[in-house]
Amino acid sequence: MEKIIKGKAFVLGDNIDTDQIIPAEHLVYSLSDPEESKMYGKFALSGVPLIKSGLPDGSKAFIAGDNTESEFSIIIAGSNFGCGSSREHAPFALEKAGVKAIAAESYARIFYRNAVDGGFVIPYESTKKLIDKIKTGDEVEINLNTNHLKNITTGEEFNLNPLGDVLPIIEAGNIFEYARINEMI
Amino acid sequence: MGMTITEKILAKSAGKAKVEPGQNVWLNVDVLMTHDVCGPPTIDIWKREFGDRAKIWDKQKLVIFPDHYIFTQNPQANRNVDILRQFASEYNLPNYYDVGTDRYKGVCHIALAEEGYNIPGTVLFGTDSHSCTSGAFGMFSTGVGNTDAAFILGTGKIWEKVPESLKFTFDGELPNYLTAKDLILQVLGDITTDGGTYRALEFNGDAVYSMEMDERMTLTNMAIEAGAMNGIIAADSVTDKYVKERSQKEYEIFQSDNDAVYRSEFHYDTSKMEPLVAKPHSPDNKDTVRNVEGTKLTKCYIGSCTGGKLSDFKSAAKFLFGNEVNVPTFVVPASTYVAQQLEIETISGVSLKSIFENAGCVIAESSCAACLGGPMDTVGRAIDGEVIISTTNRNFPGRMGSKKSEVYLASPLTVAVSALTGVITDPRNFL
Repeated sequence: MEKIIKGKAFVLGDNIDTDQIIPAEHLVYSLSDPEESKMYGKFALSGVPLIKSGLPDGSKAFIAGDNTESEFSIIIAGSNFGCGSSREHAPFALEKAGVKAIAAESYARIFYRNAVDGGFVIPYESTKKLIDKIKTGDEVEINLNTNHLKNITTGEEFNLNPLGDVLPIIEAGNIFEYARINEMI
Repeated sequence: MGMTITEKILAKSAGKAKVEPGQNVWLNVDVLMTHDVCGPPTIDIWKREFGDRAKIWDKQKLVIFPDHYIFTQNPQANRNVDILRQFASEYNLPNYYDVGTDRYKGVCHIALAEEGYNIPGTVLFGTDSHSCTSGAFGMFSTGVGNTDAAFILGTGKIWEKVPESLKFTFDGELPNYLTAKDLILQVLGDITTDGGTYRALEFNGDAVYSMEMDERMTLTNMAIEAGAMNGIIAADSVTDKYVKERSQKEYEIFQSDNDAVYRSEFHYDTSKMEPLVAKPHSPDNKDTVRNVEGTKLTKCYIGSCTGGKLSDFKSAAKFLFGNEVNVPTFVVPASTYVAQQLEIETISGVSLKSIFENAGCVIAESSCAACLGGPMDTVGRAIDGEVIISTTNRNFPGRMGSKKSEVYLASPLTVAVSALTGVITDPRNFL
């Protein structure tokens, strides 16, 4: 597992629900077909209203043009990220778009479980509000050893809550790998 | 120190005498439910992870309802139903309810109740966030994603963190201008969309126990809109009668202990409550109907697992009887059973179906339909800048289709009278 995750930040507000992460009309595509599943990257975060897409200014496309991957690999968000439906297509879409980690104030339960158990993206909780400290496009770095997030653009550093109980699952890769390591399956 | 009903059920499922909030436990699952959107990827993960050893842990406990994207020309959506059909046939599954046959049921959460899968004291996981609906039967039920569902499919087990509980007591009688929907919109306004995260919402009080099962399900159904793990109502004689009419299974009824510990408790006097809406774009954006009266509408929608049950249509029909709607109004029975009942139930000798037809409503076939937008050809889907009042559960941007549309959530009474006037209207004006 990578211990240092570095990339450009894409900043979102509170209550980013799963319909904003991947609108329901796109849930028809196969997640296992390598070509077809790229559609999830293409439409990731396409449900976010334009004015709230890429804070603080908004109107920033997460996916440029016809691409299926984003130039942004770290999401910074407010509270209750991933609320709404149970669709695992949501963390899957973010992973397909190239997102490695999220630092949000809090998560909805099912999204959090899906992100961890499916091994799609690392859902870190920030210890304070980061969305007015980091701008979309800032270079940021997350250190999994120290649970720190550094805004390289401004030099500011922030603490993240340790991953706790779910760290062994994240380190294993997903819940199945974790269960195999622990001889549960 | 006593335990809550949720803690007792989880303790039993985990094979422990006692559990405490915050504790991670491995549960034995009684029912796994999936549908056409999350079933195919669940099956893929199960095959990938278990390989040649892939075995369904208990076919009797696996229930599959195609219900989301059913009446569409979308080829990928239809392919997903084909995958379920093939899977059911390959493994000879007893509990698959195929589209295009008389076994087709419609929306999974309502069909689970109707087909006798909701059993007090048991544990149900479903690949749908509204799986919490089944908690109305005094059981633990919650939503999970495909990976967790694939794990259950192969092992019958899953880990869960025992939730803290919040208790909501509704005292008094329910006035005739209120439904369960108004009560849960009040709760959402009070605790917000993350006030229930990793928690159980327990509903109690005379007003709750005076409700039939349909209405109780509206309360537990929207527990997820507060982010809750589960919603729950302890079983009583009403539950017992409903379940015994549909299942031969033996079961144990659990109650919270008097000294059970709650994170917080809320008390409501229903006689002082008002008809409510959730304004765009969040289910916790509570306001009174009075405050938004006169808002011009382009569409009204009565349907979904939340607001497409027989009780919802009975409520709406009271106002639509002998009247005509003033804006396009969609009636989408949650299940095929509900659709049949619309032809049987009458007001003054006129069937509910005829009442809706005579009022000028569009009656669609049972499915999730436009509650979650769906493919472009979905009946009732929100288009561009529409303003919609709906009995459904969620109004985040784009939920019903276009992210430019505005959706108000309300009770079937409020939606029905608003359909008659074309603007948001308080049902008390028509009483």
